[in-house]
Amino acid sequence: MTVELGHFALVLALLVAIVQGTVPLRGAARGSEPLMAVGRTAALAQFLLVLLAFLSLMNAYVQSDFSVLNVAQNSHSAKPLLYKIAGTWGNHEGSMLLWVLILALFGAALALFGSGLPQALKARALGVQAWVGVGFYLFILLTSNPFARLDPPPLDGQGLNPLLQDPGLAFHPPFLYLGYVGFSMAYAFAVAALIGGRVDPGWARWVRPWTLAAWIFLTIGIVLGSWWAYYELGWGGWWYWDPVENASLIPWLAGTALLHSAIVVEKRDALKGWTVFLALVTFGFSLLGTFLVRSGVLTSVHAFAQDPARGVFILLLLLLFAGGGFALFAWRGPRLAGGGLFRPISREGSLLFNNLVLSVAAATVLLGTLYPLLLESMGGDKVSVGPPFFNRIFVPLMLPLIAAMAIGPMLAWKRGDLGQAMKRLMVAAGAALAAVAAVSAILGSIEPAGVLGLALAAWLLAGTITELAQRIRLFAAPLAESLRRLKGVPLGAWGMTLAHAGFALMIAGMTGSQVWRQEATLVMHPGTAVAFAGFEVGFDGVASVPGPNYIAERGRFTIRNGKRIVAQLEPEKRRYPVEGRETTEAAIRTTAWGDLYLAVGDARDDGARVVRLYFNPLMLWLWFGAAVMVAGGGLSVLDRRLRLGAPKRVRTGAVPAAARS
Amino acid sequence: MLRRLPYLLPLIVLAGLAGYFWSGLGRDPNTLPSVLIDQPLPELALAPIAGRERGLVTADLKGQVSLLNIFGSWCVACQAEHPFLMQLKAEGRVPIHGINWRERDADAGPAWLRRLGDPYTLIGADPDSRAAIALGVTGAPETFIIDAAGVIRYKHIGPITRDIWEKKLWPIVERLRRG
Repeated sequence: MTVELGHFALVLALLVAIVQGTVPLRGAARGSEPLMAVGRTAALAQFLLVLLAFLSLMNAYVQSDFSVLNVAQNSHSAKPLLYKIAGTWGNHEGSMLLWVLILALFGAALALFGSGLPQALKARALGVQAWVGVGFYLFILLTSNPFARLDPPPLDGQGLNPLLQDPGLAFHPPFLYLGYVGFSMAYAFAVAALIGGRVDPGWARWVRPWTLAAWIFLTIGIVLGSWWAYYELGWGGWWYWDPVENASLIPWLAGTALLHSAIVVEKRDALKGWTVFLALVTFGFSLLGTFLVRSGVLTSVHAFAQDPARGVFILLLLLLFAGGGFALFAWRGPRLAGGGLFRPISREGSLLFNNLVLSVAAATVLLGTLYPLLLESMGGDKVSVGPPFFNRIFVPLMLPLIAAMAIGPMLAWKRGDLGQAMKRLMVAAGAALAAVAAVSAILGSIEPAGVLGLALAAWLLAGTITELAQRIRLFAAPLAESLRRLKGVPLGAWGMTLAHAGFALMIAGMTGSQVWRQEATLVMHPGTAVAFAGFEVGFDGVASVPGPNYIAERGRFTIRNGKRIVAQLEPEKRRYPVEGRETTEAAIRTTAWGDLYLAVGDARDDGARVVRLYFNPLMLWLWFGAAVMVAGGGLSVLDRRLRLGAPKRVRTGAVPAAARS
Repeated sequence: MLRRLPYLLPLIVLAGLAGYFWSGLGRDPNTLPSVLIDQPLPELALAPIAGRERGLVTADLKGQVSLLNIFGSWCVACQAEHPFLMQLKAEGRVPIHGINWRERDADAGPAWLRRLGDPYTLIGADPDSRAAIALGVTGAPETFIIDAAGVIRYKHIGPITRDIWEKKLWPIVERLRRG
C-alpha cells in the first residue's frame, strides 16, 4: 500500500465532506428525507477514506519507507515498533491526519448510533461537522502534506524526538485529540440547534453523552501528559503552567462547565442560551489550543512545527468556525427563551455557580496564557506570566467551588434549603475538621495552605458519600431497604459520586505534592549516602546499559529506612545517538504516603554525579483520583445510553472491511 | 438592542482576539526582543549576597564589555547553564556579572554557588525583583551583553550553551570590543 493511495483517499474524503456539508443541510431545510439520509452514508464513507489515508501513512512508518519525507524526518529504522507506530502522530503532519481521523470517527459514530435523534437535527449536525472536516482537510492538503515524497530517499531517517519515545506520550496525543475533536460534536449540535431554532431538554440529552465522551478522553489525555511530564522531564513536578498544557486545560474547564449546564437544560429547560454558548466556546477553545501549539505564537517546551503559513491557516479556520458560530448565536440566540425559573439557593443555582467559577477559571488561564502576547502587540513590555500568577489566581478561585461542590447535590431543584443541606453535611464538616486535626498532629506544625487543601478534600469526599447515603436512606431505613435502593441508584448518579469523589482525592494529591514537597539537588560520590525525607539514600554507582536505540547511564541507589532496605532505585540518563539528544528517566518509589523521586544528572570530572531528589507526598492520590473521576464519567455515559433506549445495533459490516485496508 | 448585547458579546471579543493573534503571527517565537536594547542599563544599586563584600552598581559595569546573567538557585535551567559559565570564566574571555534573583532565603544563592562554583565577578542580590523588573526579565536564566559605555546591546533568553555562545554571543562581544 503506497502513500499515494492515502493521499488520493484524503482528497476523496475532502470531496465527500463537501457533499456531506451541503446536501443534508439542504435536506433539513426542505424537509426532504432522502437528502438528509445522504449525511449518514457520507459520514461513513468519509471515515473509511480517512482511515485508509491514515493507515497508509502508518504503514510507511512501520515499513520505514524513507522515500516519504515525513517518515524520513521523524523516524529511524532502529526505533522500537511501538514508537514507529506512535511516530505517525509524533509530528505535525501526522498529528493533523490523526485529528481529521478522529473527527471523521465521531461523525461516523453519530451516523451509526444517532438513529434515535430527530432527523433534521442529525442531518444538520452531520453537515456542520463536515464543514469542520473540510477546513482541516484543506489545511492538511495545502499546508501540511504528510504524503510528500523525497527523491533520492535517504539511507536512514532522522529519528523521533527521544522525549516523545515513551509509552505515556505515545498515547497522550490520541487521547487529547479525542477530547479536542470530540467537542466538535457539541459544537455541531449547538450550531444545528441554532439553525433549527430549537433548544429543548431533548437536545441537551443528545448533546450530553457526546460531551461526556469528549470530556473523558480529554481528561485522560491531560492526565497522561501530566504523568509523562512528571516522570520524564525529571524536574519532579507534574504541572508547569506551560502554554501548551494551558491550551488543553482551557477547553477542559469550559467542557466541564458545559457538562453541568447541560443538566440544567435537560432537567429544567433553563440556561439554554448559556449552554449553547458554552458548546460553541468549548470547541472554540479546542481550536485555539490547536492553533497555539501549531502556529508558534507562543513559546513552549513542546511546540511542534512553527510555520506562520500554517498559523494563518488555522487562525482563519478558528475565526471561521468560532466566528460563524458566534454570529449565528448573536442572530438566533435571543430567541432561545429561558424556561424554568429558580431561586439562587437551588440545584440550578449551584450548577450556575459551578459554571461561573469554571468560566472565570477558564478565562483566567486564557488571559494568563495570552497576556504576554497581548501586551506585546500593544507595544508594551515583555513579560512572562509564570506559575506564581496561576497559583495565586487559579487556586483561590477553585476553593469556593470545591466548598460548594459538596452542597450543590444536596439542594432541591427550583428552591433549595441551605440550612437543611448544611445540617446533613455535619458529618462532612466533622471529617474536614478531623483531617485538620490529624494532619496537624502527625506533622506537628500547621501549614495553612496544606491544612485548607486537605480539609476541603475531606469535606468534598465526605459530602459526596453523604449524598449517596441520603439517596439510599442509609441508617434512616432498614439496611435491606438501603441495599435495595443502592441497586436502584442510576448509573448517572454513580457517575457524579465517583467523579466528585475522584476530584476530592485529586485535591488531596495536589495539596500534598505542592505544600509538603521536599527537594534537594546534591553532588554525590559513589559509595556515599545522604539522609532525605526520612530515608537514607545511598548512591552505589553508575553503569552503562545499552538500550534498543539509546545508551543509558544507569545510577544505582539503595534506599534504607533505618536499617531496612526499602527499595533499589535505578534512574537513567539516556543518550540517543541518532538524534544526538539526552533524556532523563526518573526512578520513583511510590507509596500511598508519597513518591520518592530520583533523577541522575551529569557526571563531574571526579566521577561524582548531580543527583536530584524529591519527595512528593500523596502523589499517588492525584493519579488515582483522576482515574476515579474518569471512571465516573464512563458510568455516566453508559447511563445516558440506557435512558435513550438501547441504541439500535446497526449492522457494522463496514468496520471489519475498514480494519483490513 | 440591549437585550441582544449579551449574545453579540462573544463575537466582539473574538474579533478583538483575532486582531491580536494576527499581529503575533510571523514572529520568531524564540526571540523576544527587549525594549531595553540599545538603552543604557537602568540605575541599579544592588546589595551584595551573603559572603561577598561588593554588590552590583551600574557604574561598575562601565569600562569594558561584560555579560550580566540573571540566575537563582531555584532555577533548574540555571543549573543546566552553570557548568558552561564556569568554563567561560576559566577561558577568561569576558567578565560575567550576576544578579541573584528572587531567593527566598538569603543563604540559598551563596550555598548554590559554593556547591557548584562561582563564575561571577560581581553579584547583586535581587530578592524582591526590583532589578529584574527594571531590566524586563522574563525568566531565568537570561543574559544581557553590556558594552563598555554601559549600554545593553543584546539579551539572550534561556541557558547559554557552547553552540549559542560561539555562534551568537561571542561575535557580538567581539564586535562591541572593536567598537
